[in-house]
Amino acid sequence: MNVFKQLGKYCLLLYQAVRSSTEFKTYKNNLINELVKIGYESIPIIMLTGIFTGAVMTIQTTYQLEASFIPKSTIGSIVSESLLIELAAVISSLVLAGKVGARISTELGTMRVSEQIDALESMGFNSVSFLVVPRVLAGLLMFPILYIVASVFGIGGGIVAGVLSGSLPAAEFMKGAREFFYPWDVLFGLIKAFVFGYIITSVASFKGYYATGGAEGVGTSTTQATVLSCIFVLLADFLLAVILL
Amino acid sequence: MIEIQNLKKSFGDNLVWSDVTFDIQDGETLAIIGRSGCGKSVLLKHLNALLYPDEGEVIIDGKNIFKLDYVELRKVRQRFGVLFQGSALFDSISTFENVAFPLRYFTDQAEDEIRKNVNEALEMVNLEGVGDKATAELSGGMRKRVGLARATVIKPDYLMYDEPTSGLDPQTSDEINDLIIDMAANLDITSIVITHDMHSVLRIAERVAFLDHQELCWYGTLDEMCESTYDPLVKFIKASEYQIKKNAKENI
Repeated sequence: MNVFKQLGKYCLLLYQAVRSSTEFKTYKNNLINELVKIGYESIPIIMLTGIFTGAVMTIQTTYQLEASFIPKSTIGSIVSESLLIELAAVISSLVLAGKVGARISTELGTMRVSEQIDALESMGFNSVSFLVVPRVLAGLLMFPILYIVASVFGIGGGIVAGVLSGSLPAAEFMKGAREFFYPWDVLFGLIKAFVFGYIITSVASFKGYYATGGAEGVGTSTTQATVLSCIFVLLADFLLAVILL
Repeated sequence: MIEIQNLKKSFGDNLVWSDVTFDIQDGETLAIIGRSGCGKSVLLKHLNALLYPDEGEVIIDGKNIFKLDYVELRKVRQRFGVLFQGSALFDSISTFENVAFPLRYFTDQAEDEIRKNVNEALEMVNLEGVGDKATAELSGGMRKRVGLARATVIKPDYLMYDEPTSGLDPQTSDEINDLIIDMAANLDITSIVITHDMHSVLRIAERVAFLDHQELCWYGTLDEMCESTYDPLVKFIKASEYQIKKNAKENI
């Protein structure tokens, strides 16, 4: 019963967010702040995530494809395909669920329990437009960009790992990557990143916006936001694969 | 005038209060008193529709605010200033920006005018020169005063105070009480004060509403309250007097 109640509240919050998304003047400044926080400030961690994911993928794929009759370029195609279709979007999103989702939930939760959201409402502000809309919009806009960053640095990491470990030269890696490159894979990754961005920012906003019960309540809402975001990202990943591939 | 008619509120199965009916006259200072947890703050949040009741009406200038659409409701809310219990200052911006916040979003004032109005508001609460400070650097009393400056900077018709003196030492409490009196006199504002501090009530209130046992069980002028023989009210006042004496003893 509680699940349905929560789902109803979540849908209501989203409805309010969509309805108030026309109040651009209210959330313009916050949107710029969020674009910086979600996008620009996440680039270092996303670069690192991409580099190590690509590097580990290359070394492990090399280990698994021992047979001499398999061309070395296959490693490049497997690594780049895996990154573009799956890993760059999913692993980055799981990292961002912790970084971005936890921050959003804690910020809004603290504002809720310290009555700052009530203060906004009492001044005549639409608090959903002021707080929720810019966060979700920034997530929708920045996650696809972060996916591209993760993909580029993932492939770069894969090339460097291949060269440094002596398992395959950069040219072989790129040959394989080019051979099996389909533009649809990138589009599929972008769609995933867009959906994951929506899930993480909307779930975190929902949990924070309705936080109750002081510091402990904020902690609980942050934990729930992070865990639920991760679960929904994995679930959405599966559904998108079933529907779009 | 604000007319509160037959309000009833519950959270789930817990009834907060029912059949709450009283008026708030323009220009007066009304204190809503009662024990902790009796629903005073909940009642306050109904006056500008931050919360909606299960039943009943709050009528401001002939309009039931619970039936207004969002645009109209926002206009009504802008007629209220609210000083929250914990001040509810935005900690991501400076003290100056906190006070300037409603002016930036709800008026077309130029930067110079905003600066002038904010400085005046800070001056009115005796906080000149703290504009550049982060809100985290302010003491509890200063935070309350900044909250008051923010609440009054847009010149509201009604000013609501939620436990304005809670958590403050007696001297700072007195300063806040003085400010409440000054605000009411200088800005011609209707004040609604939620408190369980009888010392404050005796200083600032013209009328008193007493919440107890899930209802508004007493309502009258300050003089009537002082002469009342209504048992729960007398007990509440005596308990508060005992608390005032105890606090005074502890402060010696």
